[in-house]
Amino acid sequence: MTIGSIPLRFRVSIDPDRCMLCGRCVENCSYDVFRNDEDVIRINSRNCVACHRCLAFCPRDAIDIAEKPTDYRSHPLWTREIREAIFNQAKTGKIILSGMGNALPYPVIFDRLVLDACQVTSPSIDPLREPMELRTYLGKKPGQISLRESPNGDVELKTNLTPNLQIETPIMVAHMSYGAISLNAQLSLAKAVSRIGTFMGTGEGGLHEALYPYQQHMIVQVASGRFGVDINYLERGAAIEIKIGQGAKPGIGGHLPGEKVCADVSRTRMIPEGSDAISPAPHHDIYSIEDLKQLVRSLKEATEWKKPVFVKIAAVHNSAAIAAGIARSSADAVVIDGFRGGTGAAPRVFRDHVGIPIEAAVASVDAKLRQQRIRNEVSIIASGGIRESADIAKVIALGADAVYIGTSALVAMGCRVCGTCYRGLCPWGIATQRPDLVARLNPDEASVQVENLIHGWTLELAELMGAAGINSIESLRGNRDRLRGYMLDEGMMKVLDVLPVGA
Amino acid sequence: MKPVKSLRIDARGVHYTPLNQMIRKAVADGVTEIIIDNVLGQRFIADGLKGDGVTITLNGVPGGDLGMFMSGPTLIVHGNADHAPGNTMDSGCIIIAGSAGDAVAHSMRGGRVYVRDNIGYRGGIHMKQYLDKRPILVVGGSARAFLGEYMAGGLLIVLGIDGTPPLSERGIGSGIHGGEIFVRGRVNEMILGFGAKQKPATDDEKHQMTPVVKDFAAKFSLDPAPLLASDYTRIVPASTRPFANKYTWE
Repeated sequence: MTIGSIPLRFRVSIDPDRCMLCGRCVENCSYDVFRNDEDVIRINSRNCVACHRCLAFCPRDAIDIAEKPTDYRSHPLWTREIREAIFNQAKTGKIILSGMGNALPYPVIFDRLVLDACQVTSPSIDPLREPMELRTYLGKKPGQISLRESPNGDVELKTNLTPNLQIETPIMVAHMSYGAISLNAQLSLAKAVSRIGTFMGTGEGGLHEALYPYQQHMIVQVASGRFGVDINYLERGAAIEIKIGQGAKPGIGGHLPGEKVCADVSRTRMIPEGSDAISPAPHHDIYSIEDLKQLVRSLKEATEWKKPVFVKIAAVHNSAAIAAGIARSSADAVVIDGFRGGTGAAPRVFRDHVGIPIEAAVASVDAKLRQQRIRNEVSIIASGGIRESADIAKVIALGADAVYIGTSALVAMGCRVCGTCYRGLCPWGIATQRPDLVARLNPDEASVQVENLIHGWTLELAELMGAAGINSIESLRGNRDRLRGYMLDEGMMKVLDVLPVGA
Repeated sequence: MKPVKSLRIDARGVHYTPLNQMIRKAVADGVTEIIIDNVLGQRFIADGLKGDGVTITLNGVPGGDLGMFMSGPTLIVHGNADHAPGNTMDSGCIIIAGSAGDAVAHSMRGGRVYVRDNIGYRGGIHMKQYLDKRPILVVGGSARAFLGEYMAGGLLIVLGIDGTPPLSERGIGSGIHGGEIFVRGRVNEMILGFGAKQKPATDDEKHQMTPVVKDFAAKFSLDPAPLLASDYTRIVPASTRPFANKYTWE
């Protein structure tokens, strides 16, 4: 091997003065970093992915993990990551598979947008003493309504309303399939969203029986592989989401490798145990925007027009035009997944280089729909890289109705964003199907943490709105006057339709 | 035996939603035989319909996605069908005495689709199977390009009755990783897609598809003898993991 070993990514060390040889690190590490050797714990740092499981369970804080302990000769162009990718592909000749979201240091637009607050001229609102309306209805709204007055003076609605989803906070949990994440992880999320009064997505992995009690808070996904999709599945969900694309890998399908298709995953996806689950890049019954309309309507017809149908696309260059097509397809919401969206596994080249940021995509979709006077036809759900409540306030001000959170919900359950989901060895019991690892995640405890996170963000959102003198989420939606661009270029501000700070 | 409850519907000028409502109501009322006349382009007929032992006869030409997500009923079409009959169908049977469009039996997971004449592109694409659910698509005439792509399970048979070559276009079985395709006669190696391989069907293999061919012939009053006497080519996955060895970890 002419390339030889590459430098360690992480160096794990144990402080012998603090270590009491309890062996918890050995038990907890699923990557075989630690080994008991009589009176000493041996360390193989090369296996470490920095998942921090050992650290979190070391009772004496004896473990330390250092990233990139060895320097390369620094170079702005030939970064360490670039060089290591070349070594990898020179050895294997394959496509590099990666996990989690975009890992390149693109500027974060959210961090260059600032929110407004009231001072003197219009009073701010204290959410403690004033009602703060965060409830959101997702789905089609009538362009106009007609009313009928009865002889006794009552007024009733003549217009037929389309079914909407009612969410108590504009935060939902993104589609992460059973297979990509464990059943305990899905259960934790399901319990949390049910208690909060919001929704989660099933992903393209079917709906496990254990989730049936929470089905009224589940959005069932129909993707190109059609895994787990039958009429019962469609009827169980509160809404149906057609997945066209994903922010982490726009334009390509997905392959769940056979090793991850255990007996239970096989049952929910309705495919043989151990077989690859291949989701083709396109839906082979959708080759045009007219075909999309046909799939939307087929799902509505199958469920007797009782359920909202969402269409999820990856944020790409012409998202706005695509969303306008979706708005005319009878769909009830368009989900836009930005290029920072997470994933269990995606080719690195796609994760890092394909797609556009959610901020720009939402702003341009909202603008296009308003321009065409069809904004009421669909709700806009923003997803991909929502990290905190400020991001939610900003993306709603840019035109979104609600958000999906994925990675942040997993972090609330212990995920350390090590990005090694595709190995199936997640020691936190989240992105794995290994029974002993899955058992580590207690759905009762984890669901409380997810609930806490969403609750905390909802409180912050209410505070941010109150500070801006806004008492209803509807008054924040698309309200770009409450945003200012800080160190954003003129072109970007034009796309976002925001003014610079000071203006 | 319970008396058969039947219903006749005139579909002239009826939109698909009220048509499906009529069908659903009839099935809920215990009707087991429905005849629909003057079908002309209505899509989604019997979409998501549940009902074992229900037979629906369609006189005319149904639109796309006939019997999509359907679970149980039998649909008999006296005429052609538009694209994707049997799309993501769960169980039941669709019998088309005519031709059908593209993506016939797309992602079908169970049941049978019989097309007497020809089908368009991407027939049987991504058909799958699980335990006792094994979808079957039989085409009496010929199929166009990309037949059985990404096929993950099930049985697909193309008979080329009346001397038409069953397959003459490319991309047959690209990415196939389960299931099997039987084609009457020989298949030009050049038209096989990536991941598919072919071999002449052995007597044992032919023996296994015989009941299906007989059933197909019976449904259209054809003589099964010449069909069964022919040689067949069997197309199967070259590997069950067409996408393995494509990736390396970051």
